[in-house]
Amino acid sequence: MKPLDSKLGRDLWRVKGQALAIVLVIAFGVMMMVMMDGLVNSLGETKRTYYERYRLADLFAPVKRSPRHVLDEIVELPGISAVQGRINGAALISLPDQAVPVRAQAVSLPEFGSPRLNDFYLASGRPLNPSHRDEILLLEAFAHAHNLQPGDSLSATMNGARRRFHIVGLAQAPEFLYTTAPGELVPDDARFAVIWMNEEALAAAFDMDGAFNEALISLARDARPQAVIDSLDRLLAPYGATGAYGLEDHLSDRFISEEIAGLRVSSRTVPPIFLSVAAFLLYIVISRMVQAEREQIGLLKAFGYTSLEVGLHYFKFVLVIALTGALLGCALGMLAGRGLSGFYQLYYKFPFLLFRVDPAAFVTGFTVSVLTASAGGVLVLRRVFALTPADAMRPPTPPNFSQTISFGPGLRKWLDQPTRMVLRNMIRQPLRGLLAILGIALGMALSVAMLSLMSAFDRTLDLSFGVLDRSDVTVTFVEPLGDKTLFALKRMKGVIEVEPFRTVAAVMHNGRQHYRGAVTALTEKPRLFRALDSSLQAIPLPENGIVLSTALAGELDLKAGQKMILDVREGRRPTLEVSVAGLADTLMGAPAYMQLETLNRLMKEPNRVSGAYLRIDSSQGQQLYRRLKDMPVVAGVSLQQDSRRAFKKVMDTGAGAMRYVMALIAAVITFGIVYNSARIAFAERARDLASLRVIGLTRTETGFVLLGELGLITLLALPLGAALGYYFSLAVAAGFSTDLYRVPTEFSPASYGTAALAVLLAATLSGALVKRDINRLDLVSALKTRE
Amino acid sequence: MSRPLDKRLPAFRTHGLTKVYGEGPSAVHALRGVSVEIPAGELVVLLGPSGSGKSTLLNILGGLDQPSEGRVHFFDQDLTAKDEDSLTRYRRHHVGFVFQFYNLMPSLTARENVELVTEIAENPMNAAEALSIVGLGKRLDHFPSELSGGEQQRVAIARAIAKQPTVLFCDEPTGALDSETGRAVLRVLQDVNRKLDTTVMIVTHAAATAAMAHRIIRFADGDIRDIEQNPQVKEAEEIQW
Repeated sequence: MKPLDSKLGRDLWRVKGQALAIVLVIAFGVMMMVMMDGLVNSLGETKRTYYERYRLADLFAPVKRSPRHVLDEIVELPGISAVQGRINGAALISLPDQAVPVRAQAVSLPEFGSPRLNDFYLASGRPLNPSHRDEILLLEAFAHAHNLQPGDSLSATMNGARRRFHIVGLAQAPEFLYTTAPGELVPDDARFAVIWMNEEALAAAFDMDGAFNEALISLARDARPQAVIDSLDRLLAPYGATGAYGLEDHLSDRFISEEIAGLRVSSRTVPPIFLSVAAFLLYIVISRMVQAEREQIGLLKAFGYTSLEVGLHYFKFVLVIALTGALLGCALGMLAGRGLSGFYQLYYKFPFLLFRVDPAAFVTGFTVSVLTASAGGVLVLRRVFALTPADAMRPPTPPNFSQTISFGPGLRKWLDQPTRMVLRNMIRQPLRGLLAILGIALGMALSVAMLSLMSAFDRTLDLSFGVLDRSDVTVTFVEPLGDKTLFALKRMKGVIEVEPFRTVAAVMHNGRQHYRGAVTALTEKPRLFRALDSSLQAIPLPENGIVLSTALAGELDLKAGQKMILDVREGRRPTLEVSVAGLADTLMGAPAYMQLETLNRLMKEPNRVSGAYLRIDSSQGQQLYRRLKDMPVVAGVSLQQDSRRAFKKVMDTGAGAMRYVMALIAAVITFGIVYNSARIAFAERARDLASLRVIGLTRTETGFVLLGELGLITLLALPLGAALGYYFSLAVAAGFSTDLYRVPTEFSPASYGTAALAVLLAATLSGALVKRDINRLDLVSALKTRE
Repeated sequence: MSRPLDKRLPAFRTHGLTKVYGEGPSAVHALRGVSVEIPAGELVVLLGPSGSGKSTLLNILGGLDQPSEGRVHFFDQDLTAKDEDSLTRYRRHHVGFVFQFYNLMPSLTARENVELVTEIAENPMNAAEALSIVGLGKRLDHFPSELSGGEQQRVAIARAIAKQPTVLFCDEPTGALDSETGRAVLRVLQDVNRKLDTTVMIVTHAAATAAMAHRIIRFADGDIRDIEQNPQVKEAEEIQW
């Protein structure tokens, strides 16, 4: 081994603590990048493969009732490669331990063979026996939520008739990755079920013999989807078609695609912020570490080493640290990415997972860390090389402080010598101080952004379930009913307040933009469920016009006062032109609101309601649910507390779960920055500190000279960190907002306070660690080392 | 306040002082059982080649290091029995140090460097007074970077004597200086010894310095080879090297 290489190894060993801190910081930056990239790629790839393997349809064409021979006509349409007709029906499942009945969707399976489109994955149990009409397959997630297994039975009401079914298997399917009861926003495994049945049995239950009510279509390679949809709608119009739609408008796909898209946006916005902060820190630390080697560099040159050789030696030093960090980061990123993907696999209910990391993520991670580390090294080396070897052999000239401040007699009374040293040190090297301040501020900004994100999620919950929706129970009817049902509800024991609503499925158009959603119609001045403006004031619903959520207005590119087309997909299916009367600020979903009377008038269906919001006496809850369950007109009952819990679960386990990981990484990086600043300052000043100890200053007094500077830098970094944190939190909130929920970007003082505390804690801990080194200073040897 | 010292006793008494660095076969014996008495108020020069143990002795007497074996008394106090905090107090109140490389705080002016000590000492002289003793009365507000090597060393001496120390330790105080500047520094050390009655111990390679000492201790291989009393103390200006 060449002596320089031995020196390299020993130098690295000497600074191992600090090198490790740098390695960790860079590793976490790279890890973030690789992990997020791996996660997003894997989920996207898994979803695509899952869809493909189980032949998920490209188009869905629901009808009221169509004879099976129409399928032969469909397949003749241009652009269609395969078609499958099936029967879909609504069911209510009664579970013995549940007061509230659970809504379900029953899906038919062909008597023989697997379906041509929309196949399912049998997770456990066996397939249906065509000769047994009471056998079903149950959606695995629902079964798990209620502890049901193959061999168990359950009772369900279909088309008014109650029947018992035997569960023979548990299944999953790409079209039911997310299951949401109609009219509900948030998926909840426990509150919505899918059951697969033999076609004959289902046809009998829903009076669909020789007919289907949903056509599934797979497109030919060169087909134009919109053209196919149009010809399907024309063909199926006589059979009560409610409009064919593409996979992208399918609820489950929309939800999961939005989630993955959300993750992708976060993976493109957040890791670069982390990596740049880590890179910046690396630059500061490396440049200061090389600076500290000034004398050794001079000596090596005096021995006859060329600048190139010495330069390479230090470049290797920097490279070892940077590469170790990048390598560790890639490894950790792979591990964490795989772990998280597994976690998301469960969450998205993929039956398998394809883990894939784009090599570009590794390349970026390596390049960024090596380049910044080299930049830190090279800039300093250039300055050091300007030094002649003789400079290094001479006793060192003390650094020049004559351009700093000579405190006047007034100030002198207040500032003791150690304080003056602290202040002059800061003033003499303003750039170094500024960089350290900026470094700590960036670390704090990361923490602020992640904490703001956390509180924004909580705020979303509070706003949605405390301010916007103040009901206790939502009751939905099997079909729109006359408002006399409301009186029946009002008379029930335990009901305090009843507020009707109507939801109609609709496609909203503005020019080329369209959004497939629903219009929620409410009373003129609703009290339980309200549309709110940005200052949280209730918006009175106008007699004419529609109130759009800001998310929807954005999607459709609409402003208040403009006109839009409302293509209602229920009842007479009118196409209406309505004007946008106002914008409502919602954090969840993309709702549109109208006045109940207005909608009914436009639909020419007076006094119809599709459900009601209730405020109830909670002590009567259980009996009330039981009575509601027995009302034949009630399709579903959902409790606000269940919705809130389900929504929180979505945020905690879905894309939002990433915020915990990120907050942890932010904390590590913040600590890394503060600790490194302290360590470097100690290394640079060890000799001065030892001298102070020798002339009789106590450890505490000596510690003050160093830690006072760290403290001052930390204090100065706090306001800057808060300011940067504000902008980081804007970027992060935008990155985390999805179609399902928007992350509000409001100022949360607690996040700033906590982040500041975290920085102070990191500073205190770093200070304590460095103080320990001050206590252990070898007074004798420190006196002999030259600067 | 620390209690007054019994000045009738010698400034230092050591008994069987041993210092071993490292362990096993690689152990280095820096001191091998040194026993010596340093009378108070003397100017003592320690001579000897590198590694002979003179600096180690100085460090132990100065409270910077603890011996492996043996005892050290400073007047009636047992230094070897003191813990780290008591040693800090000992240095703070009784000991002045002058180093080969001055060890001034670059961020403090000459005056402030001295004040660093006068602020914490029990019975300090005025910082300006200390600086005028070393002939720098007119350079009070200069930073170390604006002073020559000799001037920096004199600030270091001013800093060491400003607390009116009982003992003043100088490790190669003229090692980094030219001979004329070196003589000026030695003049100051001699003055301190005479005017302030400070016990001064100087470690040096420059044998000529011995001419100004009351007592010369020669070191070899970690032990004292001989101790010589000097009846004819020379003035600093007369020393040639």
